[in-house]
Amino acid sequence: MVSGRPDNQRIVITGIGLTAPNGNSLSEFRASLLEGRSGVEPFETRYVGKTLAGVCRFDETRYQTKKDVRRGTRAASIGIYSANEAVKSSGLDWPNVDKSRVGVYVGVTEHGNVETENEIYEIKQFDYDTKFWSHHHNPRTVANNPAGEITINMGITGPHYTIGAACAAGNAGLIQGAQMLRLGEVDYAICGGVSESIRTFGIFASFKSQGALAWHDDPTKASRPFDRARNGIVVAEGGCLYILERYDDAKKRGALIYGELVGYAMNSDAVDFVMPHPARQAECMTKAIRMAGISPSEIDVVSTHATGTSGGDAQEAQALRQVFQDDPAVRFNNAKSFIGHAMGAAGALELAGNLPSFGDGVCHATINLEDPDPECALPHMVRSEPHDGLKVDYVLNNSFGMLGINSVVIIKRI
Amino acid sequence: MTKDDIKETILDILSDIAPDDDLSTLKDEIAFREQLQLDSMDFLDIVMELRKRYRVQIPEEDYPHLRSMQSTVDYLEPRMRDLQKV
Repeated sequence: MVSGRPDNQRIVITGIGLTAPNGNSLSEFRASLLEGRSGVEPFETRYVGKTLAGVCRFDETRYQTKKDVRRGTRAASIGIYSANEAVKSSGLDWPNVDKSRVGVYVGVTEHGNVETENEIYEIKQFDYDTKFWSHHHNPRTVANNPAGEITINMGITGPHYTIGAACAAGNAGLIQGAQMLRLGEVDYAICGGVSESIRTFGIFASFKSQGALAWHDDPTKASRPFDRARNGIVVAEGGCLYILERYDDAKKRGALIYGELVGYAMNSDAVDFVMPHPARQAECMTKAIRMAGISPSEIDVVSTHATGTSGGDAQEAQALRQVFQDDPAVRFNNAKSFIGHAMGAAGALELAGNLPSFGDGVCHATINLEDPDPECALPHMVRSEPHDGLKVDYVLNNSFGMLGINSVVIIKRI
Repeated sequence: MTKDDIKETILDILSDIAPDDDLSTLKDEIAFREQLQLDSMDFLDIVMELRKRYRVQIPEEDYPHLRSMQSTVDYLEPRMRDLQKV
């Protein structure tokens, strides 16, 4: 029970850095979510051709040299931008922070596909002669790359690794950071998730083969979770990294606190490669709520995971109805309707987009939900327009992924 | 290719490898490393680019010849003189 935790076991968010297809800071992202601004646009990728995607346009050279951008990976550039922005927003006296006490835990859906595809494309021109295979391939494709490049860029000598957790990775990164802080392994955790997925044709092609790649003549209307006309996923890139620290440390330095991570859970469906399992998703939410020491009726906003697929959205809705059946007040929303599915970054980004509601009392909407699918019916789904005038104390954030990986985090207003 | 062509090619490769550096002040006789932020991976990029563009194979034992622009051009000239600049 979190209420029983001493201050040095309470974990708070004190910094947020992000890049999303519709904003390169929390304030820009939040403004887009409140103003109904989509980040989905036409996109063309090798072999697949014309498709749609959520594309980020952040200033890559704000924190990296051009040479570092060239040498590293897109995932790492997204991570480096997000991590530096998070530190900046935290008010930490960064030059004097003991870098050996900083941990970097970055959630990823996948890593290495982009570089591998690029190299194969490159050596095809040389009749697949591996003499033309780049010496950069291994450092770019090792699974820790995005986290490792962050440590090199920022001089962090504490632990770093990525957490491969499919599309539950953003939450998983946050959970890992909280656990390491509670164990006393680090004093600051830079954690969350990143995604470079739009740079690999394979993810588009695979969703297309699965019948799960979204299309709409108007790109801004393509991502439509819970809508009857939904036809799949819009792939997006993005990143969102948080600064987590123990509450007593944050209080001592007078940090601005975005919220307290009071509950979390991860579990596994143990059923199928791609189809989710509502019973396990519900169980995951219930476990997180229990850890937070509250009842479902105390949750004010649920940031849903729904990606716009026919089966997945209906199954999450079923799980949500089960958990919140006695809670007439909880608001549901969905950030993927704006930006598409940012894969490893999705959970972290979608949570960030809701945290300002503690201060402004506004629950952002789900856009493109013009004709709600009865199978996805949820009471108080906030659609089209934001809902204001709320008192938001708890936000619950769902993030689920392939192979039946489920993650839930609950943030409390402080 | 003439020595000037080879130099131009190396400068073109360097502009990709070291995009933050000002190559206009590069001195031919001074080591690249003393003038540019280059490490061993960057030198491998020079080797790889020459291989890709001109199929020039530079054995590892000859890497020290890539020390400066002067030594690089001197080393490559007999190996590239019969090639056409691309």
